[in-house]
Amino acid sequence: MKLLAIETSNRPLSVAVLDDTKVLATTTTNVGRNHSSTLLPIIEKSISQAGLTADELDRVVVAAGPGSYTGLRIGVTTAKTLAFTLHKELVGLSSLAVLAGNIVTEGQLVAPLFDARRDNIFTGLYRIQAGQPVTELPDQHISVAEWCQQLAAYQESIVFVGSDVAQYADALQTQLGSQFVRAQPQLDLPQAVVLGLMGRTATPVAKIHDFVPNYLRLTQAEREWLAKHPKEDHAPYVEKI
Amino acid sequence: MEKQNLILAFESSCDETSVAVVADGQTILSNVIATQINSHKRFGGVVPEVASRHHIEEITICIEDALKEANVTYDDLDAVAVTYGPGLVGALLVGVNAAKTVAYAHHLPLIPVNHMAGHIYAARFVKPFEFPLMALLVSGGHTELVYMQADGQFEIIGETRDDAAGEAYDKIGRVLGVPYPAGKVIDEMAHQGQDTFNFPRAMIDEDNYDFSFSGLKSAFINTVHHADQIGETLDKNDLAASFQASVVDVLMSKTLRVLKEYPVKQLVLAGGVAANHGLRERLQAELPTKFPNTELLLAPLKLCGDNGAMIGAAGYIQYQHHQFGDASLNADPSLEFDWMPKMPH
Ligand SMILES: Nc1ncnc2c1ncn2[C@@H]1O[C@H](COP(=O)(O)OP(=O)(O)O)[C@@H](O)[C@H]1O
Ligand SMILES: [Mg+2]
Repeated sequence: MKLLAIETSNRPLSVAVLDDTKVLATTTTNVGRNHSSTLLPIIEKSISQAGLTADELDRVVVAAGPGSYTGLRIGVTTAKTLAFTLHKELVGLSSLAVLAGNIVTEGQLVAPLFDARRDNIFTGLYRIQAGQPVTELPDQHISVAEWCQQLAAYQESIVFVGSDVAQYADALQTQLGSQFVRAQPQLDLPQAVVLGLMGRTATPVAKIHDFVPNYLRLTQAEREWLAKHPKEDHAPYVEKI
Repeated sequence: MEKQNLILAFESSCDETSVAVVADGQTILSNVIATQINSHKRFGGVVPEVASRHHIEEITICIEDALKEANVTYDDLDAVAVTYGPGLVGALLVGVNAAKTVAYAHHLPLIPVNHMAGHIYAARFVKPFEFPLMALLVSGGHTELVYMQADGQFEIIGETRDDAAGEAYDKIGRVLGVPYPAGKVIDEMAHQGQDTFNFPRAMIDEDNYDFSFSGLKSAFINTVHHADQIGETLDKNDLAASFQASVVDVLMSKTLRVLKEYPVKQLVLAGGVAANHGLRERLQAELPTKFPNTELLLAPLKLCGDNGAMIGAAGYIQYQHHQFGDASLNADPSLEFDWMPKMPH
């Protein structure tokens, strides 16, 4: 199976082309430039370096969230459109699981995290089983303090991975003590190769049209509207004219 | 018979996701528009993050339907055109990345189109442009007079210094309790009322081609609030008629003045507010007598709002001039036309 993997959920950008488990080409950048300008050129280059054309792909795998809304939009729009327009399979996976997949210690608990501002994070808890991250606590948007309370119940070491761990390291260390283990910094960047390997065996989405990022959060406007109109159904939100 | 040029055109700058197939820049084979108005009504205006999310839900459906309705395949296409600005950045990004991906996947050239140029070229579906041409471009985000010496050359002669005309309609709509976007309903109300309030006509006598609508908006709001305070009920239709009379007076007088200094073969009315019946009627009534040598091109009602077909028409001009973008094309939320050299602004 020939597969393209795309990860743009945050500042890093990573693209890989795989043929089954063989990595044909991969590029990862962490320069924070606009993914909208850089993603497609890197995809083009990766596919041609792999000696392929987009037509020859079997599957597109994308990190679908959580993450930066803009980053997710660029990655998911590109992946969704490419799969749709060339009639390829599409797989969406958790961006947090991709990061957790950088850790390979069997049985290890891993907490990947992205900053969500104001002491909130996007995170989840994974256990590495048979070399794959398996969900222990689902991906969520949560305050650092609440998250630490949940993690304390585990009474075993947890490896924290992600570039944003640094800014919460003190708080995590204070609240979790020796449970808190910092991943080696070279593991903080999400790798499309890891995403691709995970996505190779995953079930493709049934309806590509329905595929959207997993933002994990409603917009503020929608939250406020729902709070004021708990029973009201306002659909359809979008209509063809 | 020579093969037609077929462009697949994308538009996602605000709250409509649209994909169209346009032949030779002048015939619409399909123009699929998914509007989010009902969603943004909840908030009284467009919420950018909500808009961006809806675009991702709709984009591939619109592509599929546009091709199906036009009864064409990717192999029949000659290029992909897309709005890359101005507009909401998150919304633009969806169209831009989808269009780039389709262009890449099917080895088609990519044409980056200015959304406002698209609005003007909506009038191209009425008949071919003749130059020089003046466009009165009135939408939710823009109010400007654009001079064109040739296809694809846009020079701003005058523009609003504050609110756009459509924005003013939407804001006073809130005061009247008209749901977003208010323009169409206020237009209908105006036709049932009289101009009894005599709101100010800002900058109408000034010797320039700029507009201002925020003073009118304030005068309107003050009038309504004052009446509320003293318990007086004002006739909403008269309020709408008075507001519209002021907007149309200002747009008309500036447009007629600009035509004196810039004799043109055609005057184009385009943009969302170009759907306004009061404005269309005034132009139809006055232009032929005052400027008999200037032909009036009103953008078709269905093409005044945001749509992919207008982007295809503008894109076709760029196709002929080989103005192509590449895979690194980005959204430019504040993309602008050039200012006319030597014009004060
Ligand atoms: N009949 C009408 N009279 C006045 N304004 C109108 C009418 N129909 C639509 N509008 C206004 O047009 C605007 C939308 O136009 P559009 O071209 O989509 O704007 P933009 O692209 O700048 O957001 C809204 O402000 C709406 O209220
Ligand atoms: Mg518009």
